Amino acid sequence: MSALLELDGVARHYRVSGGVLGLAHGVARAVDGVSLRVEQGQSLGLVGESGCGKSTLARCILGLEPLAAGSVRFRDRDVSAWPERELRRQMQMIFQDPYSSLNPRMKIATIVAEPLVIHGMGSAAERRAATLELLETVGLDRALAGRYPHQLSGGQRQRVAVARALALRPALVVCDEPVSALDVSVQAQVLLLLQDLRERLGLTYLFISHDLAVVGQVCERIAVMYLGRIVEEAPAAELVRDPRHPYAQALLSAVPVPDPGHARQRQELRGELPSPLAPPSGCPFHPRCPQVMDVCRKQFPPRCATGVERYAHCWLHAQRQAG
Amino acid sequence: MNEPLLDIRGLTTAFAAQSHGHAGGGSRGVARAVDTVSLRVRQGETLAVVGESGCGKTVLALSVLGLIPDPPGRVIEGQALYRGRDLLAMDEAELQGVRGAHIAMIFQEPMTSLNPVFRVGEQIAEGYRLHKKTGRAEAAERAVEMLRQVGIPNPVERAQSYPHELSGGMRQRVMIAMALSCDPDLLFADEPTTALDVTIQAQILDLMRQLQTERGSGVLLITHDLGVVAETARRVAVMYAGQVVEEADAAALFAAPAHPYTRGLLASVPRLGVRRTLAPIPGMVPGIFDLPEGCRFRPRCANAYASCAKTPPLFAVESGHAARCWLYADCPEAEAEGRP
Repeated sequence: MSALLELDGVARHYRVSGGVLGLAHGVARAVDGVSLRVEQGQSLGLVGESGCGKSTLARCILGLEPLAAGSVRFRDRDVSAWPERELRRQMQMIFQDPYSSLNPRMKIATIVAEPLVIHGMGSAAERRAATLELLETVGLDRALAGRYPHQLSGGQRQRVAVARALALRPALVVCDEPVSALDVSVQAQVLLLLQDLRERLGLTYLFISHDLAVVGQVCERIAVMYLGRIVEEAPAAELVRDPRHPYAQALLSAVPVPDPGHARQRQELRGELPSPLAPPSGCPFHPRCPQVMDVCRKQFPPRCATGVERYAHCWLHAQRQAG
Repeated sequence: MNEPLLDIRGLTTAFAAQSHGHAGGGSRGVARAVDTVSLRVRQGETLAVVGESGCGKTVLALSVLGLIPDPPGRVIEGQALYRGRDLLAMDEAELQGVRGAHIAMIFQEPMTSLNPVFRVGEQIAEGYRLHKKTGRAEAAERAVEMLRQVGIPNPVERAQSYPHELSGGMRQRVMIAMALSCDPDLLFADEPTTALDVTIQAQILDLMRQLQTERGSGVLLITHDLGVVAETARRVAVMYAGQVVEEADAAALFAAPAHPYTRGLLASVPRLGVRRTLAPIPGMVPGIFDLPEGCRFRPRCANAYASCAKTPPLFAVESGHAARCWLYADCPEAEAEGRP
């Protein structure tokens, strides 16, 4: 089966100038050597902490960033080879902040219909009907069509953003922290909506979040990023139950569990996230890793199988395989 | 049982609607953002106040500390007794003596609560100098000592850093160092880890817990995160639309939530490793200018019935466990118990 989306060694580097005269130069490796596959109808969760490169990777996938290396293939064709309009029709996105992603001067109906107008789809009457249907699909009252974004709650606004993303019937929807700005009870409403739409419309999600519990709720597979690299990828349930990469283990153990009786076995991380301008040699996690070995300081670990359809970039697993 | 450090009694804070706002037709011009809230924080105990945006949890803390901007807001009723003295009856000079020295605060966003043009060491020293009436050298030493206590490496050098030179986690540690520099016995922490990554959050929560154990201070922790509540609090108060709707020991609250809103919140939270169908609460939180009559949760409540048109009092579901819900009308009223 061919993948809907296939990333091979994707890298995005930024040239950074600093210092008083802008003379100091450096290269920030925001995304480095990322390979991933997303099958049609599957949902892949991308987790990691601030600055790990997850949003930059999303922009690479959407064809919004020039790559320093590697390729992003969508439906077996490089994204740079797709006509932009066609790519945009098939790949849509939902952002974190429903307050800034909607134009405050446009009515809800206009916002949702805009992609249809841009892509010249249907007559005005057909677009009007499609818009109302989209509002209904995302659980919004048709009466809201004539309102402005400021008249809606955060949850309703995020539903509008979802309706707009679905207007062109895309195959892939990139969701970048889609529920992070919402209150708990509203967050659950939007998560249920996203799950339901996926089943009904056969959507494929790339779901970016810092919240592991949210990702585990929505996705079949999870990839964990650290400092521009994927460090582990596995089926969601397995990753949550039994993470293999020391960073994934620390990340999972840090998630607060809403159960006071829960026995906490926290693996506290030492130190701070290094700057992507001066990433550590070898494995970028080695200065903070409780199980660091000599080899980790010298060479980035290869992709090591850690089970069925799961792998980690970690020397611990390379050695286990060899031995 | 020891005397409460902080005893909040029937606190009500009202806001006047601004005339250019759109409060909806026929709205009342005054909203009770915090409505008759009574809570106690004891020595060495963390009380978590949990709720969603707009439930009044931050207004509650600001009211107690005398930090509500007037106009548009004003504390119109109640007392907030700190070691028996009513903070709400104090004048600004008296309050200044208490705030920072005996009661300290940590806010959500360390970048906006630190002054960008002063070195962090100076900022920590300033409060210490002011409250403890010490010289500069002693205060500077104290600042370094505090940075060391909150686990900042190379505290002597770090004291010379400006806020922008520090990461988010480090800035939050600086805020904690500043808050604790005068050895307060009561700490208000408003979403202290919300802006931080989970691994940093874990470090900060551990730090707060450790410092609290060492000093035996009381903590009022304001948060929306039920995971953080479960990991840090002994007592929990759940707020909804300005009122406390449930109060209990953390263990009891999570094991047997009584109020339909609390149950709904717990059913809304995705949990690691448990793939289950989320059961969100339908509808949304009402605006404080158009609260429903009677029980404020009634329009969203699956259990609502005729009685809910009247405002429910807090009922004592169990000893030490109260819920503002007519489902427990058979139980005695909680407010009668131990409340003057």
